[in-house]
Amino acid sequence: MAPTASSSIIHLTTAAQPHIDNPGHSGLLPALIKAQKQNGYISKPVAAEIARVLQVPLAEVYGVIEFYALLYKEPTATRVIRICGDPACAIAGGHAALEAVCASLGVSPNTATADGGFMVERSPCLGLCDQAPASRVNDMALGCIPVAVPAAIIAAKSLAKPAVVGGSLRHLTRRCGTGATPSLAAYTTDGGYSALTKAVQQLTPAAVIAELKSSGLVGRGGAAFPTGVKWESAANASGAEKYIVCNADESEPGTFKDRILMEDDPHAVLEGMALAGYACGAQRGYLYVRAEYPHAQQRLAAAIAEAAAGGYLGNNLLGSKFCFDIELRSGAGAYICGEETALFESIEGKRGFPRVKPPFPTTAGLFGKPTVVNNVETLCNVPLIIGAGAAAYRMHGTEKSPGSKLFCLSGDVARPGLYEVPFGVTLRTILDEMAGGVSGGTLQAVLFGGAAGAFATAAHLDVPMTFEDLRKADLPLGSGVVMVFNHTRNLRSVLEGLAHFFAEESCGKCYPCQLGTVRQHEILGRVAAGHARAGDKELLADVGWTMLDASLCGLGQTAATATLSAIKLWPELFAPNGQAQTARTS
Amino acid sequence: MAATVTLQIDGQSITVAAGTTLLNAAAMAGATVPTICYHEHCTANALCRLCVVEVEGARVLAPACVASVAEGMRVHTRNERVERSRRTILEMLHSASDVSEAPEIQQQLDDYHANRERFGGGERREAEVIDDNPMYIRDYSKCILCWRCVQVCAADAQFTYAINFSGRGFETSISTFFEQSLTDSSCVFCGQCVGVCPTGALKPKREWLLEQGQAPADILDATRGPGKKRRERK
Ligand SMILES: Cc1cc2nc3c(=O)[nH]c(=O)nc-3n(C[C@H](O)[C@H](O)[C@H](O)COP(=O)(O)O)c2cc1C
Ligand code: SF4
Ligand code: SF4
Ligand code: FES
Ligand code: FES
Repeated sequence: MAPTASSSIIHLTTAAQPHIDNPGHSGLLPALIKAQKQNGYISKPVAAEIARVLQVPLAEVYGVIEFYALLYKEPTATRVIRICGDPACAIAGGHAALEAVCASLGVSPNTATADGGFMVERSPCLGLCDQAPASRVNDMALGCIPVAVPAAIIAAKSLAKPAVVGGSLRHLTRRCGTGATPSLAAYTTDGGYSALTKAVQQLTPAAVIAELKSSGLVGRGGAAFPTGVKWESAANASGAEKYIVCNADESEPGTFKDRILMEDDPHAVLEGMALAGYACGAQRGYLYVRAEYPHAQQRLAAAIAEAAAGGYLGNNLLGSKFCFDIELRSGAGAYICGEETALFESIEGKRGFPRVKPPFPTTAGLFGKPTVVNNVETLCNVPLIIGAGAAAYRMHGTEKSPGSKLFCLSGDVARPGLYEVPFGVTLRTILDEMAGGVSGGTLQAVLFGGAAGAFATAAHLDVPMTFEDLRKADLPLGSGVVMVFNHTRNLRSVLEGLAHFFAEESCGKCYPCQLGTVRQHEILGRVAAGHARAGDKELLADVGWTMLDASLCGLGQTAATATLSAIKLWPELFAPNGQAQTARTS
Repeated sequence: MAATVTLQIDGQSITVAAGTTLLNAAAMAGATVPTICYHEHCTANALCRLCVVEVEGARVLAPACVASVAEGMRVHTRNERVERSRRTILEMLHSASDVSEAPEIQQQLDDYHANRERFGGGERREAEVIDDNPMYIRDYSKCILCWRCVQVCAADAQFTYAINFSGRGFETSISTFFEQSLTDSSCVFCGQCVGVCPTGALKPKREWLLEQGQAPADILDATRGPGKKRRERK
């Protein structure tokens, strides 16, 4: 609802305080999100009031509003229609859907209809890539939107099918894909919280860490860091105040695994966090979920309340001396806030700028205190390991990559969805045997690992999916993305789309990425339009290597890996006037 | 922790105090590492990455202004890999912002044989000059986002917090609260930001008016504060 001038004054006097639950700077983002929800935007007087109450400098409040894509300083519309423009959706007609909706409403993107009823925006990946093309209308997630029927999109009608959850192992996903979220009772009946009970009643924190180390679990958020080692260094860090942060910002294009885990098995995430808290000596956890996942946020909030009422969170939990609380936090539209130190800044109420490392989070993380930050999938592994023991966990997977892994299949594949497999199966097995093979043609390319990943081809189909084999093949496992492109797809457009994502999402802190993502997007834009210039390939390589080598954080360091892998695989894509003679242009 | 650290810089062995930055260690070894964002009196945020050096065994280059020495480190302050990054950063910077009044950056462009036209035609950071107070003007088309002004206005010096950022990524700009005039902000016109700006994006108003060809007498009139003239005071 677009408020009138007078309603924002009323708002100032009567409604400003309820925005604010958390005192101090750290309450800033929650307060702004609340104000945004109430009014559809954050007016200058409301921002000033929030600044006054929280005692945050005005210019900093403005800086924060301006950083997050889903905070607006001007009125939006009653209904904001966001249509994903990232590759899985783009090849399924996302751009066409956006154009059709705009045409039917008679507006251009990012401007509201005259009556303030509607506004249409291109969105980065919504984590619904298995249901492409995807859209979000206010808080409603819409999958498989009918590209040719804009009226249905405007009316927020979804054709989404239930998510496909498959694979040859169902450990992490045993409760997923059933269409129901287990209640606390259902979770405990199914063995849930038994690992936490066992830990706090029978195991020392050191024993939990030892078990985790011998399980060989490494992080699933992209960096593949050994989880037990991370916990140990936080446990050994000096200071009584420590934090556990669950990174649920999942915004890597092509990734939707954490969303399904959170929506379908929220208690498992909480149990993993509580175990981390026990092992590391932390009393407080933050669960930071991207704003685009309101459904997951609701289910987690309900699960936190249930767990607290059931004695699985809170003071002296399960009769032990251990106390642990979890606070749910929402992002506000910024991929960079998935980078662990940017995430801390965001929780602290600042712009999501990554920090210079060292210091590392385990010594100085959230609020400058020792912090363990783990991905959702990583944490969901923990109850399995502590419950059944490291030896049982190691029965699956390989020596160097134990356990199972979630893969997010999207694009030109017969059955897009979430697949759990033991480490070591090949891409061919997942793609052909489980997901039904390539749809609409033959395999041209797989974007592997995410937008920050690299391209694979049919030549990689027999690479076993393990950290060690993928490293040899120069393919980053990333967040488990397998985005498939059949032979009819225009890879130049795909590259342009990826470059668009990074140019939009760069935080702008360091020069290589702030400038390089835009230059890369410009060059790939003309390559996609068939106007490549002589030397563009070399230009892309220089920009790419500079971002990789000199950027401050992982975003810039990986913003060109897809481009660089494409240059290696298909140099002809970047030749001037090359569009005329290659097949990859349809 | 040992009090000193021995490392190799460009093949030369050098012993320095533990905790020394690579930038300072390189200087002691007689190697010049170029910098843009680094300023002795400001928090180092490692933004520009022009100071990157190669540390053998490291996956990526290290920003010398913030990276510390370590025992046995082998550092290369200027090789092909380092030059590629520095040159490309300078070329991209030149293509985005007006650095014509930044002599040090001009010198660096020459030192690294940067092609000033390489990214010609790319989007630039264009902005109207903001002339909203009698003390200084803000020409953000010259801004290179070194953050110095924001930092001296905040916890690095003045604790005034009048300016911060708008936008993000390439679209980032330095801004007051809702782009309000500096005279409506908490700015106390201490001039510290003008003093640390390396590109002329922030410029004393008198200097700017002189450049615009105004007569000195008119300039005095235009830049006098709102208060009474000194000699009229009782
Ligand atoms: C730009 C960027 C975005 C990231 N996004 C996420 C994310 O959404 N979720 C996540 O778990 N890790 C993300 N990471 C990785 C985190 O920085 C961090 O490594 C991870 O949360 C650690 O957890 P893990 O050890 O369990 O993998 C991102 C990293 C970068 C550089
Ligand atoms: S690499 Fe990109 S996202 Fe990371 S700090 Fe630099 S500008 Fe920000
Ligand atoms: S205005 Fe000047 S001091 Fe401020 S960020 Fe821009 S270049 Fe740096
Ligand atoms: S939802 Fe569109 S690419 Fe992920
Ligand atoms: S001088 Fe080191 S990053 Fe700018």
